[in-house]
Amino acid sequence: MIGIIDYGVGNLFSLCSSCKAIGEEAFVSGDASALSKADRLILPGVGAFEDAAKKLRDTGMADFVRQQAAAGKPLLGICLGMQLLFEKSYEYGCHEGLGLLKGQVVPMEGRLPAGLKIPHMGWNALDVKGGTLLTGLSGQYVYFVHSFFAENCEESLAAVTEYGIPITAAVEKGNIYGCQFHPEKSGNVGMRILRRFAGQEKTV
Amino acid sequence: MITKRIIPCLDVRNGRVVKGTNFQGLQDVSSPVELGKYYSDNGADELVFYDITASAEGRKLFTDILTEVASTIFIPLTVGGGINTLEDFARVLKCGADKVSVNSGAIRNPALVHDAARLYGDQCVVLSADVKRVDGQFRVFAKGGREDTGMEAISWIKRCVDNGAGEVVLNSIDTDGVKGGFDLEMLEAVSNAVDVPVIASGGAGCAGDFVTLFQRLPKVDAGLAASIFHFGQVKIPELKQLLKENNIPVRL
Repeated sequence: MIGIIDYGVGNLFSLCSSCKAIGEEAFVSGDASALSKADRLILPGVGAFEDAAKKLRDTGMADFVRQQAAAGKPLLGICLGMQLLFEKSYEYGCHEGLGLLKGQVVPMEGRLPAGLKIPHMGWNALDVKGGTLLTGLSGQYVYFVHSFFAENCEESLAAVTEYGIPITAAVEKGNIYGCQFHPEKSGNVGMRILRRFAGQEKTV
Repeated sequence: MITKRIIPCLDVRNGRVVKGTNFQGLQDVSSPVELGKYYSDNGADELVFYDITASAEGRKLFTDILTEVASTIFIPLTVGGGINTLEDFARVLKCGADKVSVNSGAIRNPALVHDAARLYGDQCVVLSADVKRVDGQFRVFAKGGREDTGMEAISWIKRCVDNGAGEVVLNSIDTDGVKGGFDLEMLEAVSNAVDVPVIASGGAGCAGDFVTLFQRLPKVDAGLAASIFHFGQVKIPELKQLLKENNIPVRL
């Protein structure tokens, strides 16, 4: 059973539907005692880092997620949810994240070669570097929508995608997983990634 | 590298796809769910659903059907048609739309783009513009292309992008339905004026028109079409293969 963490950020309809589509029981909740019964947790998120980080703290979800991750429960951060796993973000200022992974989130603006549009929006290919979640999926396309990306995260880097420069596409460290792209919007490849996270498909 | 997107557009009235289709193997060619799944399984990078219903009952049917589509198809969904207020945004986003396309609603109320972008993010707001040449000028038309607003199109589109539209669908009324190719001149003017993704619409008659589009205008991000996909004149997997052979990045 997958618990989708609701802390007042973003639209969870597709995520919930996609979990159901792969045959996983899934529920959306902002309640720690309900979520603690889930076998796995997904931390979603769209919008601004500062606002989301504040909501995570204010709802008590920040401490809850840290505690569940420390206890070894599989945790998948998606999009902004992945960025929140890091120590800090430089999205309009400097804001503290959950600190579960080493690294920081920085703007694309000023770091991409001229002529590339921001946000990085659309289908782009995975170049898998490590981890278990994306094994064998190099060259497969997934759907991205973001204007900030994680850097200095070699310790957990699982995949990059090329957008003028290599952009962190996925991270993994032990039971902590993160996808910058949206598996719930990435067609069959995305469904496969969710199945793997759900433990339905074993990877080496 | 990010790929060029191919986007079929489905007009929905009273919960059914209009204009019909003639795909083999599809039992119900006017079911948005079946057609959406067909396209999703056959290489579409995104789907656009336009609600062309006029009645409140039809609108309810549309949101019901949208919920069903979004529960079964896991690629980005854009919804347009009848989007006039923030409540309309909320209504379709709740049913699983990822992006919302505004056209006449933005002309009637220019603050709509700004307000929606602030609430849901720029990436969620798509400006759809129907544009036609009048007296040597690109003009914005409202009400499904029936009414000349008198506004110059490029400055209108720029203003909407400055207000937070994260993407522009440019539909050329001059080339729409002609099937002689996309309106390259108009698309070039728009893609030079804004730095958000531009989606070409109106005029595609064959797969080669998409090759010409992306070769001549590398700044254009996506091509949208309806009937040529619905009637099978252009099959998306074959179109993408052709684009690939012409060194245009696509998701295969």
